[in-house]
Amino acid sequence: MTIDNPNYAYPARSSNRKGPNLDKIGWVFMRASGVVLIVLIFGHLFYNLIWTEGGIQAITFGFVAGKWADPFWMWWDVIMLWLAFIHGSNGMRTVINDYVHKEGIRKVLIGAVVVAAAVLIILGTLITFTFDPCPAGADPELLPSFCATL
Amino acid sequence: MRVSQSTSSLADETPKPSKNRIAGTVYRGNEGMWSWVLHRITGIAIFFFLLVHVLDTAVVRVSPEVYNAVIGAYKNPIMGFGEIVLVGAVVFHALNGLRIIAVDMWPAATKIQRSLFWVVIALAVILVVGFSIRHIPNVLGAH
Repeated sequence: MTIDNPNYAYPARSSNRKGPNLDKIGWVFMRASGVVLIVLIFGHLFYNLIWTEGGIQAITFGFVAGKWADPFWMWWDVIMLWLAFIHGSNGMRTVINDYVHKEGIRKVLIGAVVVAAAVLIILGTLITFTFDPCPAGADPELLPSFCATL
Repeated sequence: MRVSQSTSSLADETPKPSKNRIAGTVYRGNEGMWSWVLHRITGIAIFFFLLVHVLDTAVVRVSPEVYNAVIGAYKNPIMGFGEIVLVGAVVFHALNGLRIIAVDMWPAATKIQRSLFWVVIALAVILVVGFSIRHIPNVLGAH
């Protein structure tokens, strides 16, 4: 068997670092979330663009309201939103760290990615769970069919 | 227990820049590099689409009319072509991500990582063609 060579010039982590290994957690997260995202995004694309008759042309307010009448799709979309933004912003952090060497600019760019991700995660989550599929006064033609029976 | 030969040989060697700039590393210019470049480009592109896509969906909270107008922007042939490119980026990023996991976890996969890149490309092409066969008539068909 092999052990870590203590004289190795390029250790995975400095020996004086304490606390949780955040970069390792990030590394594991990218792989775990990536696999889950494949299921969620392929399912999202398949249902909306292939399975649904008319595909892209059929995506309207009524279509979205019909989907979000079912908690299954609400949770599908919200989990996809959270995982996609955390996975995506961590990827952007990696790219920024690779190319931006001026510390101030690097911090500003990573801050912008974090703010954008946080705002859109919160916005998307609130909208999914506070969504009203049958808003009062709306044209009934544009609403899902179940609104008429309410 | 012994320190592995391959690890210990790295202990006191400082990598020297190669005189031959093109062949500076064995990594450069082959399937591994293209896999890395494409993973990065598709990842960045998908991230920016995600920003837009959450905002366009958020408009459902404004009114049915406004949502239908905004989402209508995705329904012309130019955007329809863009959707095929986007699905291609997602499919490549997904399959190449699985390749990266395999190459990290199993030495047998590491040995065939170049072939796996071409497997990823072939599967991505098949999936995008399959998607296009369904998607293009939807884009061109009036609804």
